[in-house]
Amino acid sequence: MSNPVKTMTVAASIAAALTAHATTAEAQAKEKCYGVSLAGENDCAAGPGTTCAGTSTVDYQGNAWTLVDAGTCTDMTLPAAADGTARHGSLEPLDRDLPSA
Amino acid sequence: MSPDQTTFHAALLDPESAVPEGLSGPDNHPAGRRFDVYRNNVAVSLTEALHTAFPTIARLLGKQNMDGLARLYLRAHPPQTPLMMHYGGAFPDFLAGMPQLAHLGYLPDIARLDLAMRRAYHAADAAPADLSDIAPETLLQSALSLAPAMQLIRSAWPIHAIWRFNTEEGAPKPEPGPEDVVILRPAYDPLPQRLPPGGAAFLQALVDGATVAAAHETACTETPGFDPGPVLALLIRGAAITGLANQD
Amino acid sequence: MLDTGHPTRLPAAPGVGFKPQHFAAITENPGAVRWIEIHAENYMGDGGRPLAQLRALAERFPVSVHGVGLSIGGEGPLDPDHLARLKHLVSWLDPASFSEHLAWSTHDSHFLNDLLPLPYTKDTLTRVAAHIDQVQDNVGRPMLLENPSSYLAFDDSTWSEPEFLAELSKRTDCGLLLDINNVFISATNLGFSPQGYIDAFPLDRVGEVHLGGHDEDHDDHGAPLLIDSHGRAVADPVWALLAYTLARSGPRPLLIEWDTDVPDWPVLEAEAARAAHALVPAG
Repeated sequence: MSNPVKTMTVAASIAAALTAHATTAEAQAKEKCYGVSLAGENDCAAGPGTTCAGTSTVDYQGNAWTLVDAGTCTDMTLPAAADGTARHGSLEPLDRDLPSA
Repeated sequence: MSPDQTTFHAALLDPESAVPEGLSGPDNHPAGRRFDVYRNNVAVSLTEALHTAFPTIARLLGKQNMDGLARLYLRAHPPQTPLMMHYGGAFPDFLAGMPQLAHLGYLPDIARLDLAMRRAYHAADAAPADLSDIAPETLLQSALSLAPAMQLIRSAWPIHAIWRFNTEEGAPKPEPGPEDVVILRPAYDPLPQRLPPGGAAFLQALVDGATVAAAHETACTETPGFDPGPVLALLIRGAAITGLANQD
Repeated sequence: MLDTGHPTRLPAAPGVGFKPQHFAAITENPGAVRWIEIHAENYMGDGGRPLAQLRALAERFPVSVHGVGLSIGGEGPLDPDHLARLKHLVSWLDPASFSEHLAWSTHDSHFLNDLLPLPYTKDTLTRVAAHIDQVQDNVGRPMLLENPSSYLAFDDSTWSEPEFLAELSKRTDCGLLLDINNVFISATNLGFSPQGYIDAFPLDRVGEVHLGGHDEDHDDHGAPLLIDSHGRAVADPVWALLAYTLARSGPRPLLIEWDTDVPDWPVLEAEAARAAHALVPAG
């Protein structure tokens, strides 16, 4: 923060930010909770009988599994990163040599 | 002799193995498909757990694909704790390792977003700090305590747009491009919000204990001219600043 | 507190398994519901809405903490981390009742998310009794142990289930949670008399009774195979078995369990009202 002009600009921006108020529980009551509330609950119920979910031997090897044409991914066109490397979101900083289009 | 739990457990998770001996129905018939009830309970309950835990992935891939992936995953990665709220931590990397999904490169980061939403939901409560009498100069020289519910995800993919497209009615189709997301939980409902360029670097520096001024410097090296005001306002509205530690 | 020496402070009245989607309805008008039960594991997070709802509910209702993940019948040692979480929950909540299952669910650090069956042998008895002692010492209060629903029997078993549970209760001073639906399911699946089971059960040790719905399937030989799905209303023969039980035990806290295809609140409340009705001739 060596540049005094820059410091003043930032301070003004922060001053504006400090006028913000936390969203209250009442205000947020209108929001959706996107189904998170029911994710990962334990219970003591049994599954639906002897259906094949637990016994089918089809596709239990990962390399035999095939993707069928379904879901909303078929509605989206998002080309892979140009250099083809896998990128992982994380708390680590990430190089920004990313596809621009 | 009846099976011990090692034998029972192995047969539960391997549908190709024979039903263990020493288990019967009435009239001493071998257990047969009676054992399959237990196999089914394990497979179905964990599959359903993954569907609810990764709702955006489930919508992106559809039920049939998600069922198949879940059945592979639950055998490779059975839960390591009885708390189902924590199940699925290895699912993002599992998706990244499936060659059949390589053309959907955004899936692992979307799984991280779903996972982070659940972590935010169960995170410890923390009351927001009262910043109404804080001078901007004081804030600049302070490190911030941030709410445990706050989650930061950086991605080369438009993860916020993909999440919206799969969650909100009528949301626009995602356009290619990187997006960073912060999840804030002002009361009890976590909400993912898109960060401006430099915002994630700024937040990450704050998470690492930097002062606001130092975090601003860090963000500016990545994004020249980065303005911390809007991101700080986001944090304040999201009840994410729980305390100040003055570094003078 | 019931006057039978079993460790519960639940009223001899209907309760329901709490579901988050019913929070507003149950706090507005609980109807016949006098107490609630929670699955312990769903309230072991660090914070957020689950714990906020539980704190609010605990101010209005007696709460039963029902564990589904301790694997008390496991061949391996109990998970010390999970024991510590249970102790923490029971300490701050001080619930009216604390219960777990005669079953195992963890092996080799894998949690299988199902209540798996045990052979009723001397070895199992010794091991489970030691685990119950460990739980009660750790949590600092007596627990109730629930009878399982069974789809098969172990050829090695040398005890009947009611005798096995009675002996466990005697050795450890734990109370018992009698799931009437489980008795009916196991009796149908394994071909014994459900009334005979109730006659052999140490009813004076019962601190809570469970009721739930089941599905119907069949085994390889066409014999009926009932599945403990908790996904529909309590079946009529289960209500009849409840009446048979209450006539012998006197009134008990009655819980309606509905865990899958969870209905809207009025449907669940109507089941609780039916349970209240079932308590009348016994009371």
